[in-house]
Amino acid sequence: MKKVFAIVLAAAMIAAMFAGCGSGSSADAGTIKVGMTGPLTGGAAVYGTAVEAGMKIAVEEINAAAGDSGLKIEFKSADDEHDGEKALNAYNTLKDWGMQFFAGCVTTAPCLSVAPQAVEDQVFMMTPSGSSEKIANTGSNIFQMCFTDPNQGANAALLVAEKEMATNIGIIYDSSDDYSKGLVDGFKTKGAELGLNIVCETSFTSDNKSDLSTQVTQCKDAGCDFVFLPFYATEAAQVLTYANKIGYEPTFFGCDGMDGVLTIDGFDTALAEGLVLMTPFNPDAEETQDFVSKYKDMMDGVVPNQFAADGYDVIYSIYNACVATGIDGTTSAADACAKLEEYFATYTFDGLTGSGMTWDAAGMISKVPAAVIIENGKYVAF
Amino acid sequence: MKKLWNNKTTRTNLTTYLVVTVAFVVMQLMSSFGQLGSAMKGYLIPVCAYIVMAVSLNLLVGVCGELSLGHAGFMGIGAFTGIVIAALLQDAIPNDTLLLVVAMFAGGIMAGIFGFLIGIPALRLRGDYLAIVTLAFGEILKNIFSNLYVGLDSEGLHMAVSTGKVQLLEGGRMILDGPVGATGITKLSTFPMGFVLILFTLFVVLNLINSKEGRAIKAVRDNRIATESVGINVTAFRMKAFVVSAFLAGMAGTLFGLNFSSLQASKFNFNASINVLVFVVLGGMGNILGSVISTAVLYILPEAMRGLDDLRMILYAVVLIIVMLFTWSPSVKNAVQSVTASVQEKLRKNKKEAVNNE
Repeated sequence: MKKVFAIVLAAAMIAAMFAGCGSGSSADAGTIKVGMTGPLTGGAAVYGTAVEAGMKIAVEEINAAAGDSGLKIEFKSADDEHDGEKALNAYNTLKDWGMQFFAGCVTTAPCLSVAPQAVEDQVFMMTPSGSSEKIANTGSNIFQMCFTDPNQGANAALLVAEKEMATNIGIIYDSSDDYSKGLVDGFKTKGAELGLNIVCETSFTSDNKSDLSTQVTQCKDAGCDFVFLPFYATEAAQVLTYANKIGYEPTFFGCDGMDGVLTIDGFDTALAEGLVLMTPFNPDAEETQDFVSKYKDMMDGVVPNQFAADGYDVIYSIYNACVATGIDGTTSAADACAKLEEYFATYTFDGLTGSGMTWDAAGMISKVPAAVIIENGKYVAF
Repeated sequence: MKKLWNNKTTRTNLTTYLVVTVAFVVMQLMSSFGQLGSAMKGYLIPVCAYIVMAVSLNLLVGVCGELSLGHAGFMGIGAFTGIVIAALLQDAIPNDTLLLVVAMFAGGIMAGIFGFLIGIPALRLRGDYLAIVTLAFGEILKNIFSNLYVGLDSEGLHMAVSTGKVQLLEGGRMILDGPVGATGITKLSTFPMGFVLILFTLFVVLNLINSKEGRAIKAVRDNRIATESVGINVTAFRMKAFVVSAFLAGMAGTLFGLNFSSLQASKFNFNASINVLVFVVLGGMGNILGSVISTAVLYILPEAMRGLDDLRMILYAVVLIIVMLFTWSPSVKNAVQSVTASVQEKLRKNKKEAVNNE
């Protein structure tokens, strides 16, 4: 019996090995190969699938209209399960496939794991939504489409000060999440400069976020009329629900992770009325309607969030740069990387998540920060 | 030599070493002839680390009979200790291999110490209770790591458990940064070193199993009361197995940690422990070669099935169930056995007939 088992396993191993290699493919001049990894399954899948769908829409549009330049895109996505180790495996698989440009990863931890490898391989990498400062700082060929966390936190503080939204500020954040911490650090640093009055600061971790009532009560007891919520929509829904239950009505303020709060299952969207959030993408604005309807068709009627729009913009920015610099399917990844790196230093890009976007030498983006307020279940520019 | 080969234990042990060595040589040759893709190359070191994890857990679960659900915790200790030690001694030890070995031993010893400390209260418990305590222990470690800040500057190491407490001088850098984890790790792990670590682990574990201590440990597993009645110190032997297992897991952790340029504490969660347990159970309790093979196959399988997109993880689960049924269900076992027996019978008959015809 053991022998049979051993033989079966050995056979499976050999099969696995062959499946692993031999996928080297021929390069076609008219098609560039773009790969992405993201959490397509598991707890963070909502972000990964959104980015993937946004990118697919962009690829379809480009391939349908490829007449002008003749350049098409071949796109492949791979699941990284929001895990650095799996992301590296996925990235390597894409490299074997012949990827020229890496449009990932979606979440920060996998980005930090893959970015040094991309620097070593000299593969051009642009993350749609990995927002830690450390990602862009890994190397000169790593770019970001979204704000870095401290920058966004600082922008939030600036907005609060400009619009005089608060007298007593409370902060609830996820201390086990570097996205949340980066935002809080940026907010507090800028807030101290601008003289914002932070009276209550309380946190939770990813292991005890099923009940956030204590944190909300703390803010209420401290007399906060403004609560900064730098985390994701699921937790925000909990906070809003509980605040409503105890009759606590401050101004709630979130960041881009909060986008999607209106589409959470079982959440009464009436509770989100008056919520202000920083997001570069407004699905209710006129200029985004074409994208929104395509996305809805693809994703069974789900309204796209900023992750999807970031993904869409990443594909277009890479594609436009390729057309401008004359890169085609036969350019090696390293050559393409060198060309794009040079081109992005002076590149100005208009997309769904903003116009006049530019990148600095480190690869961090600079665009106008935008915020929306939720009124009658819709985003309205704030 | 023939005598040696006739001894069943020696034969199994030699086969184990042989399989591992052949696999290593084949991989090395393919790699040097450029036959391995980047994906396959990327699997090699993690597979080595997980094999060591599975073999060390097999010592605990299969040989000692204690269910541990916190093995990834020891791996985490090894990983983060190794990363800090490697960063600290980077200038003192210029040789990468030597630095890796030192870091691995540091990681192993640290994990061993923790194993000992945890063992004192935990090994008073048995079965399910021990499983729950180890589970809790793994989670505690994960939380500690995600709140640990370690920085290095010209004055030495700085450590704190809350953000902003570590103030570094000019030119200093954070080695561990709380939830962000360790970033900017210098990759030291190599496939040959992974292979050496596997050999070392096999040497330790196989020799332990077949020694006087090993027999005592197995006796504790099979009948605790009987063992106690013949004057064997049950707790001491369980502790030995526990500490050795933790030590090896720590070394595996260092190898794993120094293979990635960034590492988060959340990697060493409950799922990671269960994953290793799956490798052990599918490979066979107490079967060391089984652990080695099942780890390699089960690690590469889901990666090799990437082409299947959404069906990938479902099929992976189905494969797990099928393998489990084929190896451990008595009825399937009997069915397979009767089929092979009848085939053998037929072959024998054919042979006889052939002989008779002549």
